[in-house]
Amino acid sequence: MDFATFLIQCLNAVQYGLLLFLVASGLTLIFGIMGVINLAHGSFYMIGAYMAYALAPAVSASFGGGFFSTLVVGLVLSVILGYVLEWAFFSYLYEREHLQQVLMTYGLILVFEELRSMLVGDDVHGVTVPEWLNGAVALNEVMSYPVYRLFMSGICLLLAAAMWFVFTRTRLGMMIRAGTSNREMVQSLGIDITLLYRIVFAMGVALAVFAGMIAAPVSSVYPGMGNAVLIICFVVVVIGGIGSIKGALLAALLIGLVDTFGKVLLPQAAGVLVYVLMALILLWRPNGLFKD
Amino acid sequence: MSRDVLLRGINLTRRWGGLVAVNDVSIALTRGCVHAVIGTNGAGKSTLINLLSGEFPPSSGQVELLNQDVSHWAQSRRARAGLGRSYQRNTIFPSFTVLENCRLSAQAQHQQAWSFWRNAEADATTVTIAHEVATRVGLGESLHRQAGYLSHGQKRQLEIAMCLATAPKVLLLDEPLAGMGAEETERMLTLLEELKHDHAILLVEHDMDAVFRIADLITVMVNGLVIATGSPDDVRNNPDVRSAYLGDH
Amino acid sequence: MRYPSSFVIAVFGALALWPLVTGSYGTDLVAKIMIYALLALSLELLVGSTGLVCFGQAAFFGIGAYAAVLLSPNDGSTPSLWLTLFSAIILAAAYAFAVGTLSLRTQGVYFIMVTLAFSQMAYYLVHDTPLGGGTDGIYLYVKPTWGWIDLDKASHMYGMIWLSLLLGFLFLSQLLRSPFGRAISGIRVNEQRMKATGFSVYPYKLAAFTLSGAIAGWAGYLFAIKDGFVNPELLSWHLSGSVLVMIILGGLGHMRGALLGAFAFALLQELFQSEAVFGSYAKHWHLGLGLTIMACVAFMPHGLVALPAQLRERLSGRNTAKAELEEHA
Repeated sequence: MDFATFLIQCLNAVQYGLLLFLVASGLTLIFGIMGVINLAHGSFYMIGAYMAYALAPAVSASFGGGFFSTLVVGLVLSVILGYVLEWAFFSYLYEREHLQQVLMTYGLILVFEELRSMLVGDDVHGVTVPEWLNGAVALNEVMSYPVYRLFMSGICLLLAAAMWFVFTRTRLGMMIRAGTSNREMVQSLGIDITLLYRIVFAMGVALAVFAGMIAAPVSSVYPGMGNAVLIICFVVVVIGGIGSIKGALLAALLIGLVDTFGKVLLPQAAGVLVYVLMALILLWRPNGLFKD
Repeated sequence: MSRDVLLRGINLTRRWGGLVAVNDVSIALTRGCVHAVIGTNGAGKSTLINLLSGEFPPSSGQVELLNQDVSHWAQSRRARAGLGRSYQRNTIFPSFTVLENCRLSAQAQHQQAWSFWRNAEADATTVTIAHEVATRVGLGESLHRQAGYLSHGQKRQLEIAMCLATAPKVLLLDEPLAGMGAEETERMLTLLEELKHDHAILLVEHDMDAVFRIADLITVMVNGLVIATGSPDDVRNNPDVRSAYLGDH
Repeated sequence: MRYPSSFVIAVFGALALWPLVTGSYGTDLVAKIMIYALLALSLELLVGSTGLVCFGQAAFFGIGAYAAVLLSPNDGSTPSLWLTLFSAIILAAAYAFAVGTLSLRTQGVYFIMVTLAFSQMAYYLVHDTPLGGGTDGIYLYVKPTWGWIDLDKASHMYGMIWLSLLLGFLFLSQLLRSPFGRAISGIRVNEQRMKATGFSVYPYKLAAFTLSGAIAGWAGYLFAIKDGFVNPELLSWHLSGSVLVMIILGGLGHMRGALLGAFAFALLQELFQSEAVFGSYAKHWHLGLGLTIMACVAFMPHGLVALPAQLRERLSGRNTAKAELEEHA
C-alpha cells in the first residue's frame, strides 16, 4: 500500500469512527444518566438520514435554503422529537427493569420502521453533496480526498469538543454529571430532574439524527441503516465501557480503524473483525476499557 | 486468647481512591464470644465486615479463617468454609416460602448440582436442616408463608436462620436489630445469647443498650481507625471513646 | 412448583392429534411453531429461571441449523440423524460456552449488549465468509434417517419435532425442580445472598447458558431439517427479539409460559400478516406487532400465564403487591 492510499484509509477510518462516536455518545449518555437501554437509538440515525432526503426539497422550496438550512431545520425537529418522545414514552421506562426496556424499545424500532415505510417507502435514496463541499483535496498527482468527508470529520470533532465543554465547564454539564452518580441528591437540591432528563434525552436524539443527516450523502439512505448502526454502537459501548464518553470516543476510533483497514486487507472477514476486537478486549477488560 | 480464635483480621486496610475506609484494623473473633463493633456512620464498620466476608479484597492486610489465610478467597468459598453473614438490609428470597429460604441456604453445603433427577424440595437432608433452623429462630409456625409477606422483625429472624442453615462457625451480623421493636429485639438478643456458645460472633450495631448487654468485647471505630478495644466497662469508661462517640455520661 | 400434568397431557395430546384434523398447511405451521416453542423454552431457562437477559439466542439456533446442513455429507448419501443432531447440539453448546465465559463476568445491560454483539458476530460469520454460503443460504438435499425413522416423510418430521418439544419441556421442568434448578432460581431472585451463603454463582450461570445454547441448537437443527434450507437470517437479532417477546408474552418464570407465548406470537404474526383483516396494511405487519409488544409489556408484564389471576384481581378490586415482592424484600 503506498502512502497516499494509506492516508486515505486513515482518513476514512477517522471519519467513520467519529461518526460512530456521535451516535454512540447519545446512546451511552442516555444509558449512563437515565439508566435506559434504548434499542431504538439506531432508528433516530435512520430518521436523520431520511430527513436529509425528504426535507431538502421542502426547505429549498419554502425559503430557498440549501444544505445548511436543512441541517438546522432537521436539528430543531429532532430536539422537538426527542422532547416529545421522552415526555410521552421514555419517561415511563426509567423505573422499569432492563428486560422491559429492551422489549419496549424493540417494539418501538418496529413501529418506526413501518411508519417510515408507510410515509416515505422502502426505496434506497441518494442525497447529493452540497455544491460548496463538493470538491476534493489532492494528496498526490493521482489521488485526492473528498472535501465532504473532511467536513464530516470536522463537524464531529467540533461537536465532540462542544460536548466536552458542556460537560466540564457549564452548570448544565455539572448537573448532568451529578445526576449520574446520585439522582435523589440532585432532586433534593431543587434541580428539576424531570427537565434535566428531558434535555439529556433530546440531546441524545439530536446527536443521532444529526449524524444520520450528515452521513446521508456518503452512505445513502436505505431502510436497514438504523439497525446496522445500532449494533455497531452497542459494540462501541461494550468496548468503551457503559456511560463513558471518553471510552466511546476511543472505542469508536478503534472500530473505525479495524473496520476500514479490515475491509482493505481482509475483505473476506471484514464484518467479523470488529467482533473479534470486542472479544479480545473483553478477555482483558470484562467491563470495557473505562468503567464508569 | 489464641486458643479458639476462629476468624482473625490482621492489619486490614481498604482504600477507595483517596478515601481510607478501613485503616489498619485488626480484630479477632473467638468461639463463645460476642465481639461488637460500634462507631458513627461512615466509621468503616460495614466495610470491615465486607473485608472479612470477602465481598472485596483488602488493599493490604490478611484475613484468617480457622487458621487459614483466606484473604484472596472469594466470598462463596469462605462461606462454604464456615463463615456466615447477615446483611443490614434484608437479603432473603421474598418470593420463596420461609422453608424454601432456609432449605436453599442449607443446599449450599449439599449442592448436588449434577443430580437433576432429584426433587430438591423433597430432599431429606436440606429439608430437615431447614426445619431446625427455622424453629430455632422462632419461625417454626410460619414455614409455609411467603417470605415477602413476613413482618420486618420476622424477616430479620429469617435472615439469621439462613445464616445458620450452612452450619457456620463464625457469624458476621450487620445490624440484625435494625428497625425492630422492643419485643422483637428481646427475642433476637435471647437468640444471640444462645448462639454464642457454639459460634464466634461479630456484631455491628447501633443500639447501644443491646450492645452493652450482650457483647463480651467491644471495638470502637472512628473514621476507619480503631480507637478502643475492650470489655464493655473498659469501653464505657474510656475517655477517647466518650468524647468521640458516647458523649459525656 | 406443582407439576402441571393435566396441562402437559392436554397440550401435547392436542398437538399429537392436530395433523389428523388439518391439511398440510396447518401441520406445517404448527410444526414450525413447535420448533419456535422449543427455542422459547431454551430462552426461558436463561431469562425466566436464571434471570439472565440474553439478546443473542438466535446465534445458537442458527448454528444448530447450519450444522445440520454443513455436516451432512456432500455426496448425496443420507446423513445419520443421531450423528448430525448430536454434533449440531455440541457445536451450539460450544459457542454458548465460549460466549458465556466472556459475557457472564458482566451484569445487567452490559450483559444484554454483549450477548447481542456475539450473536451478530455469528451472523456475520455466515453472512460474509465463505463458510456459510453467503446471503443465498444453503440447501439440504437429503434429509437424515435413523433406522426406520425417515425425516423426509412429513409425518416422521412432525413426530420428531413433537417428541423433541415434549422431551425438552419435561427435562426443563424437572431441571427446575432439581437442586440445580433451585440454585439458579435463587441466583435470579437474590444473587448476593447466594454468594454469601456459599454458592459459586458463575459456574451455575455458565452451565445454564451452555445448556440453553444446546437446546436452542437442537431447535435450529430441527428447523433446518424441516425446511431443507438455511440462510443467515436464522441468526438475525430480529429472531432473538422475537423469542424474547414470546417468553414475555407467555409469562416469565414458567415453562408453559414459553409454550403459550410461542403459539400466541405465531398467531399474532399470522393475524397481522392477514390481508383478510388488514387489507393493504398487511405488509406493514411489523407495526401491529411492535404496538402489541409495547402494549403487552406495559399492561400485561406477567404474560398470558398470569392473565386469569390478573383479571380475577381486577374484577374483585383487590390490590396486589405481588409483583413488587418478586424484587424487593
